[in-house]
Amino acid sequence: MDLFEYQARDMFAAHGVPVLPGGVAETPEQAEAIARDIAGQVVVKAQVKVGGRGKAGGVKLADTPEEAKARATDILGLDIKGHITRQVMVAKASDIAEEYYFSYLLDRSNRTFLAMASVEGGMEIEEIAVTKPEALARIPVDASVGVDRAKAEEIVDAANFPAEVRDQVVEIAIKLWDVFSKEDATLVEVNPLAKAPDGTVLALDGKVTLDENAAFRQPGHDALEDAAAADPLEAAAKEKGLNYVKLEGEVGIIGNGAGLVMSTLDVVAYAGEEFGGVRPANFLDIGGGASAQVMADGLGIILGDAAVKSVFVNVFGGITSCDAVADGIVSALAILGDEATKPLVVRLDGNNVEEGRRILAEAAHPLVTVVDTMDGAARRAAELAAA
Amino acid sequence: MSIFLTENSKVIVQGITGSEGRKHTQRMLASGTAVVGGVNPSKAGQTVDFDGTSVPVFGSVAEAMKETGADVTVVFVPPKFAKGAVVEAVDAGIGLCVVITEGIPVHDSTEFWAYAQGKSTRIIGPNCPGLISPGRSNAGIIPADITQAGKIGLVSKSGTLTYQMMYELRDIGFSTAIGIGGDPVIGTTHIDALQAFQDDPETEAIVMIGEIGGDAEERAADFIKANVTKPVVGYVAGFTAPEGKTMGHAGAIVSGSAGTAQAKKEALEAAGVKVGKTPSETARLMRELLGA
Repeated sequence: MDLFEYQARDMFAAHGVPVLPGGVAETPEQAEAIARDIAGQVVVKAQVKVGGRGKAGGVKLADTPEEAKARATDILGLDIKGHITRQVMVAKASDIAEEYYFSYLLDRSNRTFLAMASVEGGMEIEEIAVTKPEALARIPVDASVGVDRAKAEEIVDAANFPAEVRDQVVEIAIKLWDVFSKEDATLVEVNPLAKAPDGTVLALDGKVTLDENAAFRQPGHDALEDAAAADPLEAAAKEKGLNYVKLEGEVGIIGNGAGLVMSTLDVVAYAGEEFGGVRPANFLDIGGGASAQVMADGLGIILGDAAVKSVFVNVFGGITSCDAVADGIVSALAILGDEATKPLVVRLDGNNVEEGRRILAEAAHPLVTVVDTMDGAARRAAELAAA
Repeated sequence: MSIFLTENSKVIVQGITGSEGRKHTQRMLASGTAVVGGVNPSKAGQTVDFDGTSVPVFGSVAEAMKETGADVTVVFVPPKFAKGAVVEAVDAGIGLCVVITEGIPVHDSTEFWAYAQGKSTRIIGPNCPGLISPGRSNAGIIPADITQAGKIGLVSKSGTLTYQMMYELRDIGFSTAIGIGGDPVIGTTHIDALQAFQDDPETEAIVMIGEIGGDAEERAADFIKANVTKPVVGYVAGFTAPEGKTMGHAGAIVSGSAGTAQAKKEALEAAGVKVGKTPSETARLMRELLGA
């Protein structure tokens, strides 16, 4: 889960990383009130989870609370690369003497954590990495040891931070590690890490990505979720414990196992090329068990998607054999009753497949077509969606 | 032969008294696996009965190894306790630790992987189906009755795609099929399995299944080019996955230009691997290679 800037800022502050005073507003009036509390010049920043908001007009200075209100009015509702701005952060404006970069992240290729730091902050780090790789220090962090003072000094010195800010940056590096490790983050990035004219170093903008697998030990993280942005079908699926992702297509997909479902999306997209570019409408993995209730819940979500024209149920019967899966489909259709309105193409393979196909044939549900192969079933589902 | 798991493997189950642990211990026993014990500190001294086979429960991995000679452990404990379970297995010096548990925080898996470096335990997973050497031993949750012993080696990030491929090529059969898991940080990689299959005299050809996210397939392609002389066919899932959306596995996410299925396919093809467009086509390519 990616956090908004203001959430990252609050998290930094909670772990003792120096940030500027500020707050988040959903209305121009709230923005005005925050600006009044701060007193002096403020910056009003769109809260969107996408880069390039400055260029899009999502970051503005304001000298008075009234002006902050006016700028918030401009920015709230702004569409920035498809992200609608619903909140603005109002923070004390700071003059910047120098801009640096600092981050911790999961380096999955090397199965370790990585610290990256540079005294050339302010621009996209991908750009620094390409144009001036020597300016970006990359120091692996042993996951079983973490970042102590010595490690923090190693990182800061490798990036050649100027002597007058070194101690401050070392302190910040230690506290950012607290954010990274104690909050179960996979990315903590400060860009820019800024030196103010008085020499104080501050985190001016930040990105944090949290590991959702750690939710069981991070009770506060639930509240950070952006409920407003969630697709309503995705939200409904999540409530039922289903692993569902909405896509832009017409063929609803249900399968068991993440890899098989991903593969099903691909096979449907290939087949769809023949039928005017029909595409998969969603990713839905109902897991290895594929019980009747889970099948019914999954079908319920997919049939609730107005864009869906046909449904492809693709199950490999391994741990749960095909006869049980077929029983599940028949019961799911019985549970759904009149709500089941779109044609279903079912492909079963694996253990006890003959019995599974026999059960479906016997039930002879008018909406169900059974096709023996995955490629053939995908073709039929695409054809039905295009009809 | 087979890789990592043989007819002589003695398997213990961490979390044998939980519902998943119990269910899959039953299945492992039914497929002929020598399950010699289980571990649960609060139920040490008890036994768990499976259709006439009585499996003793020990207080620790070390004790189970001492009493039974176990050399493989399969971990079913919940995410909260998984790091502790793996560290315990590594400390006991067991040869192979197969972590089935899904949903382990990546800080925990990165930590236990770092902890295992320079020690004697190979970790497979987490969030994987385990591995099977058909007819010999089955450590994990792969259904044993969809295939048979044979000459193909299979390594895959995905569980159900592993099963699908084992089933499609069941007449030829497998030396070992191993599901390495779809998490961002995993213990045994495609490369580790490719090396082992290359060295295994019984394996004649290899199927490698990848999916979007990370650069493991690209690295495997480089490795194949330099080190693998046996024929390899490949499959990559996730061509239609949009950027920034996690597709079920925590590691299956395309970020920026990195981790796309197209890039993986191209890297594999550049290394001489024949890559199928669908699982069925991949199976067909393997048949052609083997003239079967």
